[in-house]
Amino acid sequence: MGLGRHTTQSGQAGLMDIFTPQPASYLRELDPRVRVACTFAFALAVTFLSHLPSLIIALATGALLTHLSRKPWKRILKRTAVLNLFLLLLGLSLAVSIPGEILYLVGPFMLSREGLTLGLVILLRANAILLTVTALLGSMEPPNLGFALYRLGVPASFTHILLFMIRYIEVIHVEYHRLRDAMQTRAFEPATNLHTFRSFGYLIGLLLVRSLDRSNRVLAAMKCRGFYGRYHVMQTLTWERRDTSFTVAAILVVLVMIVLEIM
Amino acid sequence: MNDPLIQLKNLSFAYDAERPVLDGLSLDLQRGQRLGLIGGNGSGKTTLLHLIVGLIKPRSGRVVVFGQTRSGERDFKEVRRRVGLVFQDADDQLFCPTVLEDVAFGPRNLGCSIEEARESAVTTLRNLGLEGFENRVTYRLSGGEKRLVALATVLAMKPDVLLLDEPGGNLDETSRARLTEILASLPQTILLVTHEPELLNRVATDVVRLENGAVKGTTSRP
Repeated sequence: MGLGRHTTQSGQAGLMDIFTPQPASYLRELDPRVRVACTFAFALAVTFLSHLPSLIIALATGALLTHLSRKPWKRILKRTAVLNLFLLLLGLSLAVSIPGEILYLVGPFMLSREGLTLGLVILLRANAILLTVTALLGSMEPPNLGFALYRLGVPASFTHILLFMIRYIEVIHVEYHRLRDAMQTRAFEPATNLHTFRSFGYLIGLLLVRSLDRSNRVLAAMKCRGFYGRYHVMQTLTWERRDTSFTVAAILVVLVMIVLEIM
Repeated sequence: MNDPLIQLKNLSFAYDAERPVLDGLSLDLQRGQRLGLIGGNGSGKTTLLHLIVGLIKPRSGRVVVFGQTRSGERDFKEVRRRVGLVFQDADDQLFCPTVLEDVAFGPRNLGCSIEEARESAVTTLRNLGLEGFENRVTYRLSGGEKRLVALATVLAMKPDVLLLDEPGGNLDETSRARLTEILASLPQTILLVTHEPELLNRVATDVVRLENGAVKGTTSRP
């Protein structure tokens, strides 16, 4: 509980885990636009799949991309574990509640083939998408994600909101901890009572007021540097051969999945 | 005739009508002058800087910058292109994800191309001894680094006048010494708000005190 926990330069704050440098990999070299567009297309296609062969290809693609991203598998699996636990419970409840051909009888419960299949389909879809998103987008620094979205035609105001959020979430986080520390040093112990609710209400209220104040000061500072509504993105993106080949490969995979699904 | 770059004539300002912050304040800033502005907390130093660049408007009195009376937003847009204000809290000033983008933001707004803006940013950073900072994430800089980068964001616009709001506040000795060195070597006309005697001694040529909403006395330094 040291006070040093929110030193901004240490990067240990946990919240800003997204900024930890990513391992160098083939995927990191790819144009951010390619990564965003391919992820979107892939995820969209996967949500329509319901046959085992195509779903297995989807999952294999996710696994291959994760391998290419060179992220430690252990951490990825840990992260997916929460989702999978939830999906298992969901699958079981589906198996029990959807009527159909009965496969097993467990006590008073009947597990139906239709229910189990649906649960399995959802499990495979979710894992395929999760692995792909982690591999392609998770290896991207958030500002790059903002630029990629901007270049792909997402309205400028949305990307600005994203970029400003990235920049100031940590500042607000530090402010929150300063206030929490100030409360704690005066012996504040959260409990289920009116005093706690009111104190947290004050804390959140003050954070909102401070954030509003800060946003006004930031705007003032921007105006002083000649900002009048046009925000210039500095990054220039160059299209390389590997971007073309990756896009082609992605289109092929999506096509194969669709063909297998229809057949 | 050498007109002052900035002339404040009989300015009054109040956030709250009961307690005016500035009350009939007049102040001249001559070309090449490095004026130190001191005064207690809440004496209106920051308010004064914000009035000069038109972030807030005076209740009465005139703001004359570069020989012209400035009143509307359009007037102040031109002022802001040539008068650089460095904010008290660097976190207010640095809003881009990376240092390079933040420093290039001003030049881009002045109409520079991406390449020109990048070059101007890189040169400014180098002049401040911040080579290699281009791709650093702004929020991860230390307090001293943030302060220097905030200064760089303003210097990259090549302003004629610098308005500095407590530039040495909250810095350790090494960072403060480095900042003092840099500020002392700048060619710009400077209006410096600070509490620190060391900074005043090294940077300011004259010092005025803000008291009860008006300027009290000028102390010239040799």
